[in-house]
Amino acid sequence: MTAPFLHLHPDDNVLVARASAPAGTEVKLADCTVTLAHAIPLAHKIALRDIAAGERILKYGMPIGIATADIAAGTHVHIHNIRSAYTPTHALQDADGQSPETPK
Amino acid sequence: MTEKFQGYLRSDGRKGIRNTVVVAYLVECAHFVASKIVAGFDDEDVQLIGFPGCFPNEYAARVMGQLCTHPNVGAVLFVSLGCESFDKVRAKGTVASTGRPVETLVIQRSGGTAKTVETGRAWVRSALDEVAKVERAPMGIDELIIGTICGGSDGTSGISGNPAAGKAFDLLIAEGAACIFEETGELISCEDIMAERAKTPELGEELRAAVQKAERYYATLGYGSFAAGNAAGGLSTIEEKSLGAYVKSGDSQISGLIKPGDVPPRGGLYLMDVVPDGEVRFGFPNISDNAEIVEMIASGAHMTLFVTGRGSVVGSAISPVIKICANPDTYRALEGDMDVNAGDIIEGKRSIAEVGQEIRDLVVNVAKGAQTKSEALGHREFILTYKSFDPIGPSCLPAV
Repeated sequence: MTAPFLHLHPDDNVLVARASAPAGTEVKLADCTVTLAHAIPLAHKIALRDIAAGERILKYGMPIGIATADIAAGTHVHIHNIRSAYTPTHALQDADGQSPETPK
Repeated sequence: MTEKFQGYLRSDGRKGIRNTVVVAYLVECAHFVASKIVAGFDDEDVQLIGFPGCFPNEYAARVMGQLCTHPNVGAVLFVSLGCESFDKVRAKGTVASTGRPVETLVIQRSGGTAKTVETGRAWVRSALDEVAKVERAPMGIDELIIGTICGGSDGTSGISGNPAAGKAFDLLIAEGAACIFEETGELISCEDIMAERAKTPELGEELRAAVQKAERYYATLGYGSFAAGNAAGGLSTIEEKSLGAYVKSGDSQISGLIKPGDVPPRGGLYLMDVVPDGEVRFGFPNISDNAEIVEMIASGAHMTLFVTGRGSVVGSAISPVIKICANPDTYRALEGDMDVNAGDIIEGKRSIAEVGQEIRDLVVNVAKGAQTKSEALGHREFILTYKSFDPIGPSCLPAV
């Protein structure tokens, strides 16, 4: 898979950024090539293919959560569109990895 | 040919890699006086630990006893206010039975702050002379106990730092060391794959039950073991964090399940069950990373491998912390705090095996006396709070 994204396991439906990828980066995916609409920070995930709401998200070949919305190939996969099958995730407003410190 | 280094021989036959004089306060009300005693010894190995609570707790008493008789500890000064519930007679007896120099100062009977500090410093001065005479003895990797935790995890932790720590564990276990991984709340979703690695099916059931207990406990609390920074670093769910954390355990067979204060009986890989037994009491199992480190030290850990992605700077009292940075950007930002740059794996500069070997070699160097970054910077974090545990079951430590 094209750097700067890693496909950690053949079963995975997400890719992981091995370096921060600016908006406009072209990424070759399973069935197509996409241009990132937004920057993806280091170690964040994008969808390898279209993922339907309710589908399991696989990373390391293992389930890491469930899609809460349809996720288009090449878009950010994170707490806004997946949830835990166990306990809910607690996050602050900088969870996208790029928001500046938010004043209280 | 296994490497040898010089350890500090203790009366129970265990050997330490450091020879620390510990000053332990037995209630928060004695914390300031104890810290003033320690402050008189900037250039010597005198360290502060303590328990803040005024109410008795068997877990805290046991952990304190194990810490004060840890092979890295040469002498202990307890500092009591006088009216707290901590059983200071039992604590002193535990240490005295090992032949270590030990004293208890009760502030209410020692003339207050200034006089207790003065008396305490004089005692520590003489204890330093005593511990300098401790016998040295050859020590091998097969006598080391190594812990691992991850803190300030992000999406890089599970790809670089944790697999490299797991590789180091495999190397150390092959050389006879005992290695401990823990935080069962961060193994949620890994229970089945973990149980398959147990030495016996009965142990596998105990491992599974420990994770299920953690899941119930955190569900009651309403929070997983997941901090806000984990999400900013790209982790979306507890199971994603868990899978990344689980790989710290490497590929070795799992030899046993222990609880805080239980010392591994022989080499091998051990899971520490850190979630209290019974109904939810006293709040979160471990309120921060150092609470986990302290529990592994209570189980005899000579040092701890700490994998961080977001960038933790902590060290620990009693046993050195080796900081492994999983994230290359964090490494560049906090290089002065990091011992190992596992971010090289992310950037394709080195393999997991190469970084794992570097960690294993660093463990040996630290055992020989080399200071870790956090040690040299003076980090000596410590925290001990209320918990309650039942003893481990009969299937938890299968015979050889």
